[in-house]
Amino acid sequence: MIRFDNVSKVYPKQTRPALRDVSLEVEKGEFVFLVGSSGSGKSTFLRLILREERCSHGQVHVLGKDLARLSNWKVPQMRRQLGTVFQDFRLLPNKTVGENVAFAQEVIGKSRGEIRKSVPQVLDLVGLGGKEDRMPGELSGGEQQRVAIARAFVNRPKLLIADEPTGNLDPQTSVGIMKLLDRINRTGTTVVMATHDQNIVDQMRKRVIELEKGRLVRDQARGVYGYQH
Amino acid sequence: MRAQFVLSEIGVGLRRNLTMTFAVIVSVALSLALFGGSLLMSDQVNTMKGYWYDKVNVSIFLCNKSDAESDPNCAKGAVTDDQKKQIKADLDKMDVVQTVTYESQDQAYKHYKEQFGDSPLASSLTPDQMQESYRIKLKDPQKYQVIATAFDGRDGVQSVQDQKGILDNLFGLLNGMNWAARAVMALMLVVALMLIVNTVRVSAFSRRRETGIMRLVGASGFYIQAPFIMEAAVAGLIGGTLACAFLLVARYFIIDHGLALSEKLNLINFIGWDAVLTKLPLILATSLLMPALAAFFALRKYLKV
Repeated sequence: MIRFDNVSKVYPKQTRPALRDVSLEVEKGEFVFLVGSSGSGKSTFLRLILREERCSHGQVHVLGKDLARLSNWKVPQMRRQLGTVFQDFRLLPNKTVGENVAFAQEVIGKSRGEIRKSVPQVLDLVGLGGKEDRMPGELSGGEQQRVAIARAFVNRPKLLIADEPTGNLDPQTSVGIMKLLDRINRTGTTVVMATHDQNIVDQMRKRVIELEKGRLVRDQARGVYGYQH
Repeated sequence: MRAQFVLSEIGVGLRRNLTMTFAVIVSVALSLALFGGSLLMSDQVNTMKGYWYDKVNVSIFLCNKSDAESDPNCAKGAVTDDQKKQIKADLDKMDVVQTVTYESQDQAYKHYKEQFGDSPLASSLTPDQMQESYRIKLKDPQKYQVIATAFDGRDGVQSVQDQKGILDNLFGLLNGMNWAARAVMALMLVVALMLIVNTVRVSAFSRRRETGIMRLVGASGFYIQAPFIMEAAVAGLIGGTLACAFLLVARYFIIDHGLALSEKLNLINFIGWDAVLTKLPLILATSLLMPALAAFFALRKYLKV
């Protein structure tokens, strides 16, 4: 699903690489936590997967494609097979919940009939059934994140990238979001989630990848947030 | 579905940026109106030049039957074959003359028809009423006087005219105006392009949230850019339509009514509606494509995948 081979990333005008010689593989259906302090390279790692950046050295394979050899105009095709969720939700404030979810389908040219069918379905799945016509501003943070997850999942991606999805939420709401992501994972969708939330990582007991100053320092199945030696 | 989605995005974009959109429309309209005006001015000059303008310097018009009755220069009657032979022989002897061409009444009639077409004056003419003439090309165009003194007042000669000399002043003026119009047009065009680029950038910046989300969910580059490009194209097309309207109104008021030059200067052959109408598709196409291209290049930097 994802394979990094000796990947380094140096941003222009910076001497210290954001990622140094990272190699790892994520299999289909896995749930992976990406942990590390701020500036450890988590965001760069995710941006490389999304092909928002290209790596400086090494190779990144996502969904069986070498991203370095993927031409620019094919990038959108690739991104349609990924879902993305962010800390700041990234909803359109002037569109309703239903329209926000439908947006992901409109831009890739799905028919109106398909959209009308799949939007309520996916909103039910995330626990927001019947809130289609509400505006994002009227919802709580947890509910907004659920809308974002619905939008990420509505096109049934094979891979879901979550960048600190619980970063703005209280612990109880976070648990709800994690249950939702876990459910999505159980449908066969691979989930890669960057997080700072120690409790969540410790409770879920999933694979943990830790980055420190751009290096891969830990890759542990059924791991916890902190070091365990 | 897609079309409706794109159209609503365009409407939102244009309204959000109303003052800039207005500025784009006005500058496109002005530059294209000047562009069209300059094209029409060249047309006008060409229409006025007629068949002989670029070919000869001096024309010797010979008396015909009706001149013999009305023109004092032709009091001795219409030109005879002997007189014509003498004039031709004299012309051939002159050093300043490069070529001499004889134009018969029929040829004159044909050329006149070509130039003036179906104007009321032309349709009432018959070949009989045309003048025979010698059209002379000089080695040195300034030596017009030599011909004038040699042939003016001779029997059978109605008049000697340096048409090019008379028209050159007028054409010089028209050409000057034309170049001035082109210069202003070029400036306005630059202004219009810069406004479009700026408008599109502001528009892209104010919608970076939407475009960012579109990129995330895998919208193609074209799909993200299309609303911005079409926004510019729509604004440009409105400007182009205004320019077309301006040209039509201008021709109407300058030539037919208002200034009514066609009545005041009825010897000049003015451009017709067809000349104006044939320019309109060009102007509309320019008004559509130019802003679209400008927007496309403006966006290449701002909306990367």
